[in-house]
Amino acid sequence: MALTNQRVDVPVIVDESKCLEKCHACIEVCPLDVLVKNPETGKAYMKYDECWFCLPCEKECPTNAITVQIPFLLR
Amino acid sequence: MTNTQHLKTDVLVVGGGTAGTMAAIKAKQANPEAEVLILEKANIRRSGAIAMGMDGVNTAVIPGNSTPEQYVREITIANDGILNQKAVYQTGKLGYEVIQELDSWGVKFQKDTYGNYDLKQVHRVGKYVLPMPEGKDLKKILTRQVKRHKAKVTNRVMATRVMVKDGRARGAVGFDVRNGDFVVIQAKAVVLCTGACGRLGLPDSGYLYGTYENPTNAGDGYSMAYHAGAELTNIECFQINPLIKDYNGPACAYVASPFGAYTANAEGHRFVSCDYWSGQMMLEIWKELNSGKGPIQLKMTHLDEDTISEIESILWANERPSRERFHQSRGENYRTHGVEMHISEIGLCSGHSASGVWVNEKAETTIPGLYAAGDMASVPHNYMIGAFVFGRLAGVAAMEYVRDVAHLEPDADWLAAEKERIYKPLQNPDGIPHTQVEYKLRRIVNDYLQPPKNTHKMDIALNKFVNYHDTLDLMGARDPHELMRCMEVHFIRDCAEMAARASLYRKESRWGLYHYRIDYPEKNNEEWFCHVNLKQENGNMTLFKRPVEPYIVDVNLEEEVYDVKVTSK
Repeated sequence: MALTNQRVDVPVIVDESKCLEKCHACIEVCPLDVLVKNPETGKAYMKYDECWFCLPCEKECPTNAITVQIPFLLR
Repeated sequence: MTNTQHLKTDVLVVGGGTAGTMAAIKAKQANPEAEVLILEKANIRRSGAIAMGMDGVNTAVIPGNSTPEQYVREITIANDGILNQKAVYQTGKLGYEVIQELDSWGVKFQKDTYGNYDLKQVHRVGKYVLPMPEGKDLKKILTRQVKRHKAKVTNRVMATRVMVKDGRARGAVGFDVRNGDFVVIQAKAVVLCTGACGRLGLPDSGYLYGTYENPTNAGDGYSMAYHAGAELTNIECFQINPLIKDYNGPACAYVASPFGAYTANAEGHRFVSCDYWSGQMMLEIWKELNSGKGPIQLKMTHLDEDTISEIESILWANERPSRERFHQSRGENYRTHGVEMHISEIGLCSGHSASGVWVNEKAETTIPGLYAAGDMASVPHNYMIGAFVFGRLAGVAAMEYVRDVAHLEPDADWLAAEKERIYKPLQNPDGIPHTQVEYKLRRIVNDYLQPPKNTHKMDIALNKFVNYHDTLDLMGARDPHELMRCMEVHFIRDCAEMAARASLYRKESRWGLYHYRIDYPEKNNEEWFCHVNLKQENGNMTLFKRPVEPYIVDVNLEEEVYDVKVTSK
């Protein structure tokens, strides 16, 4: 089966200039486990568009690198 | 090649949310020498329905304000008489102790100037709502207590089945949602605390995870208990909530109505006399929306600045704190705008309605060694305090049970078959993505199962759900994370079939909108004053009537009818 790469507006935005390479705080607290590290840059990003906009990732980020938007379809 | 991890414990708790953390703590308190393991597919620090805390207790029975008997009476009437009063009584009786213990752990409840719990009235009769303006760190506090009591925690492992041998629960199997390991846990007792089935209907927004419940709660425990052979009950009594339109979270009338807010139609008039969530209230909302007087709103514009600020400080810090940015992004404000409300998609959840795995007043299911607590256990309107109470009961009962039970070796053939079932989507990485398979399934739920219920539509639904096994076989996963979502779709399908069969079986209407049948519009106590239970028998889903247990608190249901309609406008 052919798979496409559709663009999606994702709710969790990471400011890479603030994200710490050795920190996994956001990744550990996400209930849906949607955040991972980019192996090349060591920065976190939203790999899976499965967000409950519940905010633990944003609240627990020690450098305020994360902004959670309400998913586009809802806002 | 898949690695296999073998774990062994005395008591296994599946799901580390409200009920699960309490079950583990209480089991360890009952016997600190025995081993307790919490299996959690997320991380217990921020998992379950109260990942971001809770803005209030909805079922607090505090001496001086109400009694367990009054509480049982209120829930009996709200649930149209169909309940096991002994189980509901436990929430009324033990809730106060739970609140005091949480208080001693550092959970903050609202108190008046004399240091007494500051209860509010939201229910039709009686004060049961205790605000928690600083309730956001509830899970952090519970996590600390789990560690302090030395219960073990395995995060990011999802259970798929309970192991049953000789008619008893003997452990569970699942997989690590990050590295893909197959995980086999031998246990002497299993406590299921996996929350609601919150991903049954599809939200109007079309976003699969924009649900009222934490979307990790996909009906895992309903499905696992069913496959273990346990009875489930009241599945036709759906969860349907009045929520902020599109955002799909609570507005929240439980917080705002004690301050003077109320639900109104587009003209600003009240049409329900009570903002406590019930099927009867939802039926009035459904009628209002269909009468041309909608949309409906939670109205706060008449309140003064101080009051609105206080409501905002509670609603924007707890439970669903992103409410603030939702309103702001639309340029809406409680001072100038009513909060537009809508009817949620359907789900299964005893915490709010009544559908769940059958449990008695000790949190025992019908399978020895298998316990259930929280939103998935059938104690009507149980909310958060009920989850704590039944978590406690389950933890204590399970620990008592394991004293005389030995571990059993899992059945190798059964394990091999389950392993093959779980990992099938990974063998087919280019198969249909779980998102599309789930979307279609939940769209069918909306099209054919959403009340008002219609026999012809539900027959179609049932047929589609039964045949959906073939569609599930087409699913593909590229990594263990996608595999987790695929296995959740299996749970959702099981719940959808249960919801269709139970709704078809009960040939009457009951619980307001929750089970409103167009072709059987009246309540029929002569034939249907009973539970509808279901279980797996010889591979088939079997439904049957189960009598309502004798009442321990007298309620005259002929006189006491739950009616929240406002007639004069």
